[in-house]
Amino acid sequence: MDSEKEKAIHEHESHSHEYGVYILVFFGLLALTAITVSIAGLNLGSLTLTVALVIATIKTCLVANYFMHVKFDSPIFKVFIAVCIVIFATMIGLTFFDLIFR
Amino acid sequence: MSQNSDLTLHQQHVHEAHAHVGEHTHRDDVGSKMGMWLFLFTEVLLFGGMFILYASYRFMYSDAFKVAAEHLDTYVGAINTIILLASSCAVVLAIVSLQKKNKRLCLGFLWFTLACGAAFMVNKYFEWGHKIEIGIYPKGPALAEMSEGEVLFFGLYYVMTGLHGLHIIIGMIFIGVIMAMIQKNKITHDNFQKLENSGLYWHLVDVIWIFLFPLFYLIH
Amino acid sequence: MANGSIAVPAGREEVVDFYKHESKHKGIMSWLLTVDHKRIGLMYLVVMIGFFLTAMTLGFFMRLEMLTPGQTLMKPQTYNTLFTLHGVIMVFLFIIPGVPAVFGNFIMPIQIGAKDVIFPRLNLLSWYLYIFGGILALISIFTGAADTGWTFYVPYSIRTTTNVSLTVFAAFVLGFSSILTGLNFVTTIHRMRAPGMTFFKMPLFVWGIYATAWIQILATPVVGITLVLVILERTLGIGVFDPALGGDPILYQHLFWIYSHPAVYIMILPAMGVVSDIIATFSKKPIFGYTPIAMSSLAIALVGYLVWGHHMFTSGMSDTSRVIFSLLTFLVAIPTGVKVFNWVASLYRGSIEITAPMLYTLCFIFVFSIGGLTGLVLGTLNTDIHLTDTYFVVAHFHYVMFGGMGLLFFASLHYWFPKMFGRMYNEKIAKLACIIFVIGFNGLYFPMFIMGYLGMPRRYYDYLPEFQTYHVIATVSSWIMISGILLMLANLLRGLRHGSTAPENPWDATTLEWTVPSPPPMENFDEIPVVTKGPYDREGLKEASLKH
Repeated sequence: MDSEKEKAIHEHESHSHEYGVYILVFFGLLALTAITVSIAGLNLGSLTLTVALVIATIKTCLVANYFMHVKFDSPIFKVFIAVCIVIFATMIGLTFFDLIFR
Repeated sequence: MSQNSDLTLHQQHVHEAHAHVGEHTHRDDVGSKMGMWLFLFTEVLLFGGMFILYASYRFMYSDAFKVAAEHLDTYVGAINTIILLASSCAVVLAIVSLQKKNKRLCLGFLWFTLACGAAFMVNKYFEWGHKIEIGIYPKGPALAEMSEGEVLFFGLYYVMTGLHGLHIIIGMIFIGVIMAMIQKNKITHDNFQKLENSGLYWHLVDVIWIFLFPLFYLIH
Repeated sequence: MANGSIAVPAGREEVVDFYKHESKHKGIMSWLLTVDHKRIGLMYLVVMIGFFLTAMTLGFFMRLEMLTPGQTLMKPQTYNTLFTLHGVIMVFLFIIPGVPAVFGNFIMPIQIGAKDVIFPRLNLLSWYLYIFGGILALISIFTGAADTGWTFYVPYSIRTTTNVSLTVFAAFVLGFSSILTGLNFVTTIHRMRAPGMTFFKMPLFVWGIYATAWIQILATPVVGITLVLVILERTLGIGVFDPALGGDPILYQHLFWIYSHPAVYIMILPAMGVVSDIIATFSKKPIFGYTPIAMSSLAIALVGYLVWGHHMFTSGMSDTSRVIFSLLTFLVAIPTGVKVFNWVASLYRGSIEITAPMLYTLCFIFVFSIGGLTGLVLGTLNTDIHLTDTYFVVAHFHYVMFGGMGLLFFASLHYWFPKMFGRMYNEKIAKLACIIFVIGFNGLYFPMFIMGYLGMPRRYYDYLPEFQTYHVIATVSSWIMISGILLMLANLLRGLRHGSTAPENPWDATTLEWTVPSPPPMENFDEIPVVTKGPYDREGLKEASLKH
């Protein structure tokens, strides 16, 4: 327990990064934006939505892990985020059981 | 009652054990960050409720949504996406520069963030303004002509981008306050959790836009 | 008092309790600007009892109207307003915040060995939001009170000319207050536990609060945005739910119950935590099955997210999802059963002491079992079709909500009263009040099961003459129940002024709040304790209490 707390106190020192990493991530995000816009121009039919959502999810992972430092935070934050996502997915899933079979 | 008493003893223990951390650590940065994250979850689910609505109505009226989306300008959406991504990057660079004790550069990055936020809102203003001009707004003449699915599309469009815009404004206010605190040296290179927390908020607003953009502007 | 108070060792330092503590503000401001969790808890208590009595009075008049068929006392519109406000005030201002806001605030930080919650100023903000929301709800009574029922179903809530927007906004503000409290508690429990207090050494009340706090954080925002959409739809005519604009009213019901079903567990989980604490204390033995009880709290919180559709069996939802939701609903019975069986097993061969809090708790187990089992009847698809929107439902949720959370609110009040106020109350009168209350309670709500089964619909101000016997029994019982409540409150008030001084640990309880003086000093502990034993471990209890 205590060592965990201790780690937490020093946490800030542990994830001080250089500008470069973040600028790289930024360019990655720009590239993904370009991809999503250009793909939307193609006619992919029912795949359009899936592709758009997959790209948005990748972008979100980048933002969360690097800009929001989740990658460098203690595991408890990842657990929290997982709980939040699972609950939200459950809400959408159960609502769609109604819509699809209505 | 003083704020110092918020401190728990176990932290006191930790602090005593690591005296080099110094006086200023009369605080719990991880706790503060945890609180912020929990708050972000509530924001996620606040928008989540509307994403459920969006998903349901898109499922019911998928063709009408495609027609309605023709009225939105992909370029404006894309530019706003880039603006927000840049502002997010600036916030995180501001933290790095503060860690490197470069207060001026930090403030510079935050000014850039504010400018991006303002630019986003200006774009939004013209975008909405144009729609309202041609009568696409709730109870508006053009919208009244449209089909049910399109009415719902624009209902969700106004509510979701509107609420998102409101969050941009709140985020800008937060960052403004933080900048004042940096200026007064209340936030420093070894005490910047508040900056990080408002950064987290700003990134979340960015993430929400990352989803709003393809869902509203990129349906073809 | 039932058992021997522990003698205060000589030479003990005189402690200044938090009432007498000198803060930088004086008089009323020392309360209104306080960031002390104990004062904030008490401020919730005072206001909450006010709201409870208000809503109880509304309920009293509703029952009075139902004494005879036809118009007895009021017009139908007034009756609609009464049941709406009774529901809104009871649900949003009493039942949901009740145990977490009052006892979660006052007791939980002491139980985990902390000096306060982690964000004390946010805590005060929650209280102000609560007050603000409460005032808005009260104002809405006088400005064309809503007549939609507390569920605000669309499309009626969009069309009605009453001032729904204000009532809905009040509920939104109250939701925000609840979110901030939950956020504060989760972070506090993660970050502020005393050294040695691992998650599995926390009292079960803390587990209940923890599970609840997660629901507050993850469910409340959904209803928040839904209510905002109703306001926007009313004021700006934005098409979201209105069927005239293509909207789907069933989606409103989904979003509403995505929150409001888990909210049921916000109401009951911390209360169930109280049961565990009280049973362990008055059986004089460690709780049976600590880990299963703790885990069942989390399980209930989780399963609570999966069952909202059982409020919508007759709404026009798809058959598939009706079957799925019905199936999932039965799952809730499992963790609930785990709790009840473990409580009973804890009582087994304990040296049970029937004190007032214990009596309230045992009555809870009885009443709640009726409520829970009738819940299974409603969770079953085919029986629910027959019983939906009848008095059976009204009876069921009063047994669960009032008999569950309400009784346990009273139990907690009696259990922690000595700690909170440093005084004892008259034990005999407290027990008498409890018995009167439970008799009145059953007389009031049990006939509703029968009426509902026979087809009496809810929310009607009129009824067929054949139901009158049941209605008369219910109305007369409501008077008995109210007199029980008033007697209980009067007894507590009297204890507040004239009761004997409460010792540090009047109940021989084992959790940390009983190791500090009654009432506790400003920052609870002179020195934060180091926890080495389980929460209900009775080994070395005397020694532990003498140490102070």
